[in-house]
Amino acid sequence: MAMTGVLRPGHVQIRVLDMEASLTHYIERMGLLETDRDDQGRVYLKGWDEHDWFSVVLRPADTPGMDFTAFKVDSVETLNRLEQSLKDFGCEITRLPAGDLKHCGERVSFISPMGHTFELFAQKDYIGNGLGNINPHPWREDLKGMKVHRFDHCLLYGDDLDGAVKLFTEVLGFQQTEKVVVGPGGSVQIASFLTCGMKAHDLALIRHEEKGKLHHVSFLLRSWEEVLHAADIMGRYKIPIDIGPTRHGITRGRTIYFFDPSGNRNETFCDSYDWYPDHPEITWTEDELGGAIFYHDQQLNERFLSVVT
Amino acid sequence: MFGLTSGYTIHIPETGASFNCKPQEMLLVAMMRLGKKGIPVGCRSGGCGVCKVQVQQGKYATGKMSRAHISEQEEQAGFVLACRCQPQSDLVITVVGQMRKATHRNEVSSSTAE
Repeated sequence: MAMTGVLRPGHVQIRVLDMEASLTHYIERMGLLETDRDDQGRVYLKGWDEHDWFSVVLRPADTPGMDFTAFKVDSVETLNRLEQSLKDFGCEITRLPAGDLKHCGERVSFISPMGHTFELFAQKDYIGNGLGNINPHPWREDLKGMKVHRFDHCLLYGDDLDGAVKLFTEVLGFQQTEKVVVGPGGSVQIASFLTCGMKAHDLALIRHEEKGKLHHVSFLLRSWEEVLHAADIMGRYKIPIDIGPTRHGITRGRTIYFFDPSGNRNETFCDSYDWYPDHPEITWTEDELGGAIFYHDQQLNERFLSVVT
Repeated sequence: MFGLTSGYTIHIPETGASFNCKPQEMLLVAMMRLGKKGIPVGCRSGGCGVCKVQVQQGKYATGKMSRAHISEQEEQAGFVLACRCQPQSDLVITVVGQMRKATHRNEVSSSTAE
């Protein structure tokens, strides 16, 4: 199977209250690299092993949260086709011109039934991962802090989960890898884990009364040792930890959650499984929800479930 | 107690609790020492609004707080997020955020002052 259509998470724009403190957090502590700034005061960042110019944009604002997150598609033809499909689904579309975000081509912006702004784009300038493409070294020696490899996914909270799952699966070609159901006979779905490629999740959605909230922005690490090292960085610099290091039953991720200086939750995690389109969907039920979310102590944590920006 | 010679006394009249907040310490850190189990401390970074309080009396400095939780009018009326509030005198406060259900739990024994 060749990967076509929507390829992967491309970027996320995060609102921050204090840019200077945020740059210390995302660059010095997490290890993202700064790749540009613009006249709106936005700062562009990327994980070291990403090849496109940026994957995280920080925007100064007086409330935290997520402005939008975007997926890269395989071609301009796909972008145009999906734009029409989104219109047919009933989404209001905004076309943003190339250069509105520096180094990024035209973007198709739409609002999901859960209230979040998503974007699709087909082109972004290439910057590379700093190792070169001919006889590259396998690692960089100039990385800081947690040395996150890449922006991986977002988990978003909002009201119309069923509508959002329908949009991502039926219009954009995502597959649901895992879901959480509650209520009599598991009749109400409260969480969806969606993939557009071979990861256990490229997007996670949870039902919540308020529209458009951010639960976390996640960054990839490659080993449990790297997750523990991230925890050491949090201890050393008194970064407020939400929970972990621990493991999720859902997606099998080994993880630690913490907060940026504006109260936006971040995750650094490693491990999961490879997803193929012929794999069965996994279901988690209400009676095992504790272990689904936190596999080690099998207990839910009120802060993890309720604090969002 | 060493704590009494430096820092400020924070008083919550509704529960009768009084406790010490060290100089340079954020109000939320002092509130966490109250030792009430299950205080739902949130992001501790001025973003989530869980630790919203109103200062009735006293002086304090604040850091950046989300306008989604502290409007300009509220800020002028003494509302702050405790994680971004640094007392500069003794304070009298009211807990208004989600922390209230923890700080006001089993409050009979009251004033567990340091």
